[in-house]
Amino acid sequence: MTTTHTYDSVIIGAGGAGLRAAIESSDKVKTAVISKLYPTRSHTGAAQGGMCAALANVEEDSPEWHTFDTVKGGDYLVDQPAAELMCREAIDAVYELEHWGLPFNRTPEGKLDQRRFGGHTRNHGEAPVKRAVYSADRTGHMILQTLYQQCIKRDVRFFNEFYVLDLIMTGGVCGGVVAYELATGELHVFKAKSVVFATGGFGRIFKVTSCAHTLTGDGPAVVWRRGVPLEDMEMFQIHPTGIYKMGILLSEAVRGEGGILLNSENERFMERYAPTVKDLAPRDMVSRAIYQEIKEGRGIGPGKDGVYLDVRHLPKEVIEEKLPDVTEFARLYLGVEPTTEPVPIQPTAHYAMGGIPTDVDGRGVTGSEETVIPGLYAAGECACVSVHGANRLGTNSLLDIVVFGKRSGAAAAEDAMNAPEPSAAEAPETDTAALLQGILDSGGDQKVVDIRTELQDNMFDKAGVIRTDGSLREMQEIIGVLRERAERVAIHDKGKIFNSDLMEAVELRFLLDCAENLVVAALARTESRGGHWRDDYPVRDDENWLKHTLSYRQPDGSIKLEFKPVKMGPYVPMERKY
Amino acid sequence: MAAEGKIALKLRIRRYNPEDRPDPWWDEYDLECSPMDRLLDALNEVKWRIDGTLSMRRSCAHGICGSDAMMINGQNALACKVMVKDVAPKCTVEPIRGLPVIKDLIVDMEPFMDAYKAVLPFLINDTEPPDTERLQTEEEHQKFEDTTKCILCAACTTSCPIFWGDDGYMGPAAIVNAHRFIMDSRDEAGRTRLKILSGKEGAFRCRTTFNCTEACPRGINVTRAIQEVKRATMFDRF
Repeated sequence: MTTTHTYDSVIIGAGGAGLRAAIESSDKVKTAVISKLYPTRSHTGAAQGGMCAALANVEEDSPEWHTFDTVKGGDYLVDQPAAELMCREAIDAVYELEHWGLPFNRTPEGKLDQRRFGGHTRNHGEAPVKRAVYSADRTGHMILQTLYQQCIKRDVRFFNEFYVLDLIMTGGVCGGVVAYELATGELHVFKAKSVVFATGGFGRIFKVTSCAHTLTGDGPAVVWRRGVPLEDMEMFQIHPTGIYKMGILLSEAVRGEGGILLNSENERFMERYAPTVKDLAPRDMVSRAIYQEIKEGRGIGPGKDGVYLDVRHLPKEVIEEKLPDVTEFARLYLGVEPTTEPVPIQPTAHYAMGGIPTDVDGRGVTGSEETVIPGLYAAGECACVSVHGANRLGTNSLLDIVVFGKRSGAAAAEDAMNAPEPSAAEAPETDTAALLQGILDSGGDQKVVDIRTELQDNMFDKAGVIRTDGSLREMQEIIGVLRERAERVAIHDKGKIFNSDLMEAVELRFLLDCAENLVVAALARTESRGGHWRDDYPVRDDENWLKHTLSYRQPDGSIKLEFKPVKMGPYVPMERKY
Repeated sequence: MAAEGKIALKLRIRRYNPEDRPDPWWDEYDLECSPMDRLLDALNEVKWRIDGTLSMRRSCAHGICGSDAMMINGQNALACKVMVKDVAPKCTVEPIRGLPVIKDLIVDMEPFMDAYKAVLPFLINDTEPPDTERLQTEEEHQKFEDTTKCILCAACTTSCPIFWGDDGYMGPAAIVNAHRFIMDSRDEAGRTRLKILSGKEGAFRCRTTFNCTEACPRGINVTRAIQEVKRATMFDRF
């Protein structure tokens, strides 16, 4: 039995971007939020360190400096007008959250306190600047809670633990989604004039990751399957400091508060790689520096494949009061006491810069001319505006979700007020029902976990921090084999109630989609830029590659690439030194 | 004997699936785990390799999303914050108590969320805010900082014997979230919330057994927060 719902605006995902969009949209039009989790379980809650805005509460600062840092940090693949807008609107976005009750840490005068973060500098790179407002090391948790509280206040309609599995596209116009209700196993059709994707990232394509089990790229995969391109999928951020072997994030705020990285010779090696800002260089550079240290034999741990994060020299109250969660993670998951021992870390897959292409109002766009796809919107990690370019700066994701969550929610509501009813597709759930039934009925010989693990292991080795033509071609072949095996997956659970066995089989296909888009775009981009490092092309090539990739699904399932120019602005690409 | 570097873990799990059988039952699984695996990793091992019908909620796997609260050897905890070395060689896992079980370790969270929503869990301040931030001293912030850590996992509420006996009781988590706003210098609806909390299903039902404080995976001093709310009600001071 399929239930049909009709809304003006439907938002998929209830992390920071989705909730912020919901607040904006529900004030104006009939709105529903569909999430595969309870909203407060979303991975925004795992963000730790802070959210940047040039408030200048502690030190001199300006939105223009913030914009410059964002563009340079993104290795000039950033669309400069979008970054300028984000950094300008950052200030009001922070105050709005404060007015909604977000408990930021305060200065002695009672203003919002600010701390340092990687790549954020004073006057175009002179020195690190205190720009990030924060709540201890649980800033994301507080943003998620505060936005959810505002949704409760507004009585926003939620459909929790519903998985969106298909996009309804009729004649190039988006008219809703098809969702699976986990509690009952029933399909639901949501007809809507506006559909906002805010589903987060897809870090689970990698073995070592800071991303939640649920971050399987459902949003990007679902729209890509219906002909929407994905932008800059090769740009994936590997964060330098994950817990050794586990990948759980240890915030950049640790280094913002004065923590340093050490190799096996007890050397503060970042002094060699980034003499000015040292340990506070952008994440792509720090992750590569760690890999270089490991490659040259100065790694730590049983496999000599990590380095140390050291806070022993910091005052105990800084560790306990400003970094309490991170400290607890080290104690619990490593059995290490950070006040007296260095903490073993290794780079961890963290954030997708690429995703569903949008304009600055969150409207989905296609092609190099950026033609608007009526009815489709995206915001947050699953979108690509592009404000992060080839490498996102720390704290700019929390900023992205509130700024572009708001803008996309506003555009979705406004457009819905003027849009005609979407033309009704006949039984739009047919394909989804067939997909699910196929998996339920399968007598195949494959397990989801085996395919997923092979994907994750290989992606980390062959398409992670360091890539080459050879490694990417191997990865492409592996994905082909895994796709074929995924067709032969059989599951145990044949029931209707909370069949997460079934959903994991569907998520596996989404993971494979995201991974393949990443690999194809990475193979094409014969240069090194930001998070995309090609050992066989170790230099940035502005002449040929100052452009975004767009990857499309072809009718035969293969991927076609197109390109579109980067929107430039006042900042001329220069060598990226820190 | 377990393989090198591994330890044996016998998992005893309370199962329930109304599509399958009318009553709950117990299943046992023998695993080999790394001592530093999370209990959640062990449960995933069962689900992914032995029995795909085993169902539980999970997401972040490091204690911040609050999905995987369960009763582990008789105590409420998040499965991702319990290490195998601390529960091996035998571990019993059951759903949290006092909420209707839907399937295996999954309970119906709606009654819990309804109690949370009843305390008006959002800042209420009808005064026009300044162009910048409202000022608040760090001392004022510290009065409610502890209770802002709540992740709504329900470990506290479902460890409370009063809640087990009376599912109308709003429970520790709702009171914690009321505390977070009552003690916030920027909020203007403290009295309204205290009135809600002083009702017959409110804070005064607490008998200070401290189960909630022990259960909280975020280390919130839940019992103290409840006592502060009771005191605020009696003396109309907060």
